Amino acid sequence: MIEARGLSKRYGDTLAVDDLSFTVQPGLVTGFLGPNGAGKSTTMRMLLGLDRPTRGTALISGKLYSSLKGPLHHVGALLDAKDVHPGRKARTHLLALAQSNGIPRKRVDEVLEMTGMSTVASKRIKGYSLGMSQRLGIAATMLGDPEVLMFDEPVNGLDPEGILWIRNFMRGLAAEGRTVFVSSHLMSEMSQTADHLVVIGRGKLLADVSTKDFISQSSKGSVRVRSPQADELERLLKADGIIVERIDGSLRLHGITTDRVGDVAAANHLTVHELVEERASLEAAFMEMTRDSVDFHAGAPAPEEATR
Amino acid sequence: MTAATTQPAGAPAPRVRTLVTPATDRFDHVLRSEWTKFWSVRSTMWTFISLVVVTIGISALLCLAVAANWKDIKPADRLTIDPVSQSLSGIFLGQMAIIALGALAISSEYSTGGIRTTLTAVPQRLRLLGAKAVVLTVMAFVAGVVTMFPSFWLGQRVLATAPAHPPIDVSLGDPNVLRAVLGGALYVMACGLLGFALAAVLRHTAAAISAGFAIVFILPIVSNFLPGTWGNNVGKVLNAGGAITNTRHVDEQFGPWTGYAVFSLWWIVLLVVAAVLMRRRDA
Repeated sequence: MIEARGLSKRYGDTLAVDDLSFTVQPGLVTGFLGPNGAGKSTTMRMLLGLDRPTRGTALISGKLYSSLKGPLHHVGALLDAKDVHPGRKARTHLLALAQSNGIPRKRVDEVLEMTGMSTVASKRIKGYSLGMSQRLGIAATMLGDPEVLMFDEPVNGLDPEGILWIRNFMRGLAAEGRTVFVSSHLMSEMSQTADHLVVIGRGKLLADVSTKDFISQSSKGSVRVRSPQADELERLLKADGIIVERIDGSLRLHGITTDRVGDVAAANHLTVHELVEERASLEAAFMEMTRDSVDFHAGAPAPEEATR
Repeated sequence: MTAATTQPAGAPAPRVRTLVTPATDRFDHVLRSEWTKFWSVRSTMWTFISLVVVTIGISALLCLAVAANWKDIKPADRLTIDPVSQSLSGIFLGQMAIIALGALAISSEYSTGGIRTTLTAVPQRLRLLGAKAVVLTVMAFVAGVVTMFPSFWLGQRVLATAPAHPPIDVSLGDPNVLRAVLGGALYVMACGLLGFALAAVLRHTAAAISAGFAIVFILPIVSNFLPGTWGNNVGKVLNAGGAITNTRHVDEQFGPWTGYAVFSLWWIVLLVVAAVLMRRRDA
């Protein structure tokens, strides 16, 4: 279990993390979601005792990271796959990590096998692709067979095969009852991997919800219909108490299903050229939620009403 | 875990740990890990080879310069030549290699980002710093021994060719000689620790090596130009490191052990600063 209690981190004038509190439960993949610069990496570094919080505490299984005995036995963390000496061979890199925590040498071969790295383990890391580096980083997290795992943007820069592999790997870890905490700035990625979401923006907690709830909350859809007899259709639907918007020659309807629209049109012999259900994408819902907390917008911010 | 109640349906089966070694918290484990890391990068061997080759080679050349020009050296100046320190004198250049080795032992962690991986495995920062320092101290001393004894031996063979009466003939059994040669190895060790401590404070390879170069190379030269008694005293402090290889008294230098102690203050003070900073700073 991971706990952040009132975590804050200030760098000069910038409050990178602002009074953040959340709990990450075992047995689930918990997505740590936020735009770039939201404070995800800083939070993870504080959880791992690398950065000192300005205020608040970060606990792993109820303890400060620095007071864990043989931390690799408790926590496996992958912040940046490039945080290794490129001149070392993968096997030696893992061996040194294992030795520091009294983990037997044979475990190194096990994690290399587990991540499909056995054949390249005797090569120097500088020749590795990003995907291989990620696998090496994941191999390192598994050395101590820890109950808590943390990954910072693990799918960044990976090919689809690599993404699928990591996704399944994380799901497998959670299924074994481990605590899996994974950060991402991509909602679409998290919706396929995470059971639970901790969403932050500008260092502040925006949401701490199950992925299922997040999706159902953000999928209040509408129906769009295009008809040469739009005026007639609009009149009929409005009489039914349906809210109707006119958009570019078609109608957007709220509080009605496509089935019902089709039935109404058929009953009144109206021609329908197009009838679709519109769902707000998860990405759109995420952007809506974090709209006020991204540091840099593309283009000038438009007045709120005009964009609706 | 008491979390079961807060989890959704389909929550986990109890998990089986595949690794059954107990969690440990021991200094010798960290030491072993740092030993592995020390030897698994190429720069270690290259800096060792540079130290040995440069020191022995330059020492032999400087001895040759004395032997070949013996007749042109004034009798009064001949008396000031210390055959032992002369045969070890190539260290003035060779020391840069060991300073670089000491610096890289910790600066490479920062330049590669590896420090974050290292500190997640060993979050007790002073323990990490200590383990690195121990590995470096032992290996720098061994490298010093491996450098200084051959350098002495070869230098004496070269100096023996000088047409001196009586011929220059110094052996390890003579007074102060073993101390001077072993002292040379201790000097190499101190240089390694100086590079290490500088890099631990500065967290930057080039900055640490430059600072080390300034301390052992530039400051001693500059100090020779300082005027008056004040200048002489500063000069003594800045030239303290070389005293350990003297077998004759030199007016402008401390005695061998005093000099060594003064020189050691550099790395001792810097390492204390590094320890304080390492506990405080974000990685």
